[in-house]
Amino acid sequence: MSRVIHKFTRTVPHWQPRITPVRLDAATPQQLEALKVTPSNTKVSDYVLVLAHDPESLNARSPLFNAVMYGKDGLDRAGREIGAIGASIVNRCVYCAAVHAQRHAQLSKAPEVTDEIFRAGPAARLGARDQAMFDFAVKLSQTPPAVGADDIAALRAAGLDDLEIADLVLASAMFGWANRLMHVLGDPVRVED
Amino acid sequence: MDMPPDSRDGFDLLPKARSDIAQMSRKARDSVLSPADPGGWSIDWRHAVAARICRLHGIGGLDAGYLAKVADPAIAGLADPTHKGRDAAETVVLAFMDRVATTPREIVAGDITALTAAGVAEPDVVRLCEMAAFLAYQCRVAAGLALIAGGAQ
Repeated sequence: MSRVIHKFTRTVPHWQPRITPVRLDAATPQQLEALKVTPSNTKVSDYVLVLAHDPESLNARSPLFNAVMYGKDGLDRAGREIGAIGASIVNRCVYCAAVHAQRHAQLSKAPEVTDEIFRAGPAARLGARDQAMFDFAVKLSQTPPAVGADDIAALRAAGLDDLEIADLVLASAMFGWANRLMHVLGDPVRVED
Repeated sequence: MDMPPDSRDGFDLLPKARSDIAQMSRKARDSVLSPADPGGWSIDWRHAVAARICRLHGIGGLDAGYLAKVADPAIAGLADPTHKGRDAAETVVLAFMDRVATTPREIVAGDITALTAAGVAEPDVVRLCEMAAFLAYQCRVAAGLALIAGGAQ
């Protein structure tokens, strides 16, 4: 039995696809290349196997995602996770929020930040720097994006330079993308034995 | 919000230190707008729907580059967000794309079964999501970077 989770949590759920995942034994050479399957790496998640239906896009997005979230210099990794979490809150992607809140808690050693975000949502009250980054990510994630010059001024006042702000834009925007795959193509579920 | 007049795609507003990300972003754009295997969605149709999603995001100037690549005027008309689609199946697909672009939080499992019931193959569902998702990314990169540059008030 499994049930769909609607509440935000740092306990990463199971992801149940709404589209039949590509079967590895039936994958085309292009799909295998996009999946990065090698004899020593044959474990592929259902999420990635669903995305393998469009191997060109999967192949182009993976290195971009890594550069946006884990690239060196500029905004620190915990800050990028705040961008990811802000988007995931707006888009209610429970799965993405769980993965990235857990990562933020590990990086920052401050689980109270995502406790407060999960408790209060977009109205969360945080320390000045986290507040400016979270508010910006939440506003950028609206459609149309609701950011203005005041939000950039708030980030600068909180000590971010222009490269760090660009990194925050990228991380938030990347989760505008990721949420639209993860939340649309599957459900976060708790699997019960 | 309008793009600065000298920006073509928003990615050109990235700092020099992020030129690798601009390049990878354009490669990703090509993978959803003009893929080698377009599946059920023609290259013209993809560009028209891309322009539609840019308009739904209210980013002035970003739609023109996509629309310029649409040869068939009947397909170009789909860039207008009030166009509901030319037949029943396309109406289901466009309504889905509009909602993934603007209110992804509201998508439920029934929306995916509605697509497949309208005759959309499963790989084509994934292609639709990647298209809408990439454009959501591009519109936000463009909006955020335009503000840093001070080009939009």
